Amino acid sequence: MKERKKGPLLAVGMLVVTALGASPAWADKATDEIAKYREMIADGNPSELVAAQGEDLWKKKRGPKNASLEQCDLGLGPGVIKGAYAQMPRYFKDTGKVQDLETRLMTCMQSLQGIEPKEVINAQWLKGERETMAALVAYVVTESNGAKIKVDLRHPEMKKMYDLGKMAFYYRSGPMDFSCTTCHGDTGKRIRLQDLPDLRKQEGAAAGWGSWPAYRVSNGQFWTMQHRLNDCYRQQRTAEPIYGSDVTIALSVYLAGTANGGTMLTPGLKR
Amino acid sequence: MGNPMKIRAANKDGVTEVKALISHEMETGQRKDAAGAIVPAWFITELVAKHGDKVVLSAEFGTAVSKNPYLAFKFKGGAKGEKVTVSWKDNKGDTRTDEAVIG
Repeated sequence: MKERKKGPLLAVGMLVVTALGASPAWADKATDEIAKYREMIADGNPSELVAAQGEDLWKKKRGPKNASLEQCDLGLGPGVIKGAYAQMPRYFKDTGKVQDLETRLMTCMQSLQGIEPKEVINAQWLKGERETMAALVAYVVTESNGAKIKVDLRHPEMKKMYDLGKMAFYYRSGPMDFSCTTCHGDTGKRIRLQDLPDLRKQEGAAAGWGSWPAYRVSNGQFWTMQHRLNDCYRQQRTAEPIYGSDVTIALSVYLAGTANGGTMLTPGLKR
Repeated sequence: MGNPMKIRAANKDGVTEVKALISHEMETGQRKDAAGAIVPAWFITELVAKHGDKVVLSAEFGTAVSKNPYLAFKFKGGAKGEKVTVSWKDNKGDTRTDEAVIG
């Protein structure tokens, strides 16, 4: 009899602890398990394989002009890759535009190699020149791993893009009337076991922006930021933006600008 | 011939830890493409790791192993500067061997 009495008392004790905690215990446990899994595979991020292909492609002579991308200027001078991604998107004087990494690489592919941007824009995800693009992106972002996010918003064009991006972030559309904020405008939200960062805040934006582009374990694919943003729109059930279009760059500027001061942990590793 | 593997090997207190990231599709043969046609099976069947000429690990792989598999294991022995090689063979008869120097 003495033994049996302990049961209900213990249960009451646990209820009190659960009620006092900030979030339900089962939720913490689930995300803890994911963190453990991430730690286990952190050593073997398959992005490394994609980045290795990207490095070859960066140095390989390709296109009608039979040239490599080694003289490509990502904002820190021709051929400087180290830390370049942590300061993108940025305003480029030569094109007179704000460009993210992918649109900048398209510029380099066109000017150095003679490969037309439409080869990338019209390709399917992970096919043709867009697959090449993903590999190049993997290589470049790996070289910014650990760097501080430092996007310069002072230029008027950058300010314009930031404001446009903020507007796009809050803009509701599609049959479900979703905006980015529906999922990313609140702290502590989750879809199934995925934590959803609050992208309006510095901390959340740094976690989100800083961990993409990423390798997705569930489908074995490496996704660039353009791919990520495009899929957000698809999940919103609304029109998907054209590759490299202004709205995608504006959103990137808004996210990166909000994330300023955070740390780049690229390429990321996602479920 | 497949894409190169990434292999790291480090010796600590007489035990060598090998970490290999293998580039392979590992297609199960149970998936269908957009047109509804079955994607043919394509996966690693055998894997052998050697320290010098000595086999330190031999494994049979199957369709349950993920795409781009990551393999980590330890063996007794090995010294800095010695070589570790990892080779695989897949069901299409393709093979790939890469090596790493123990650090």
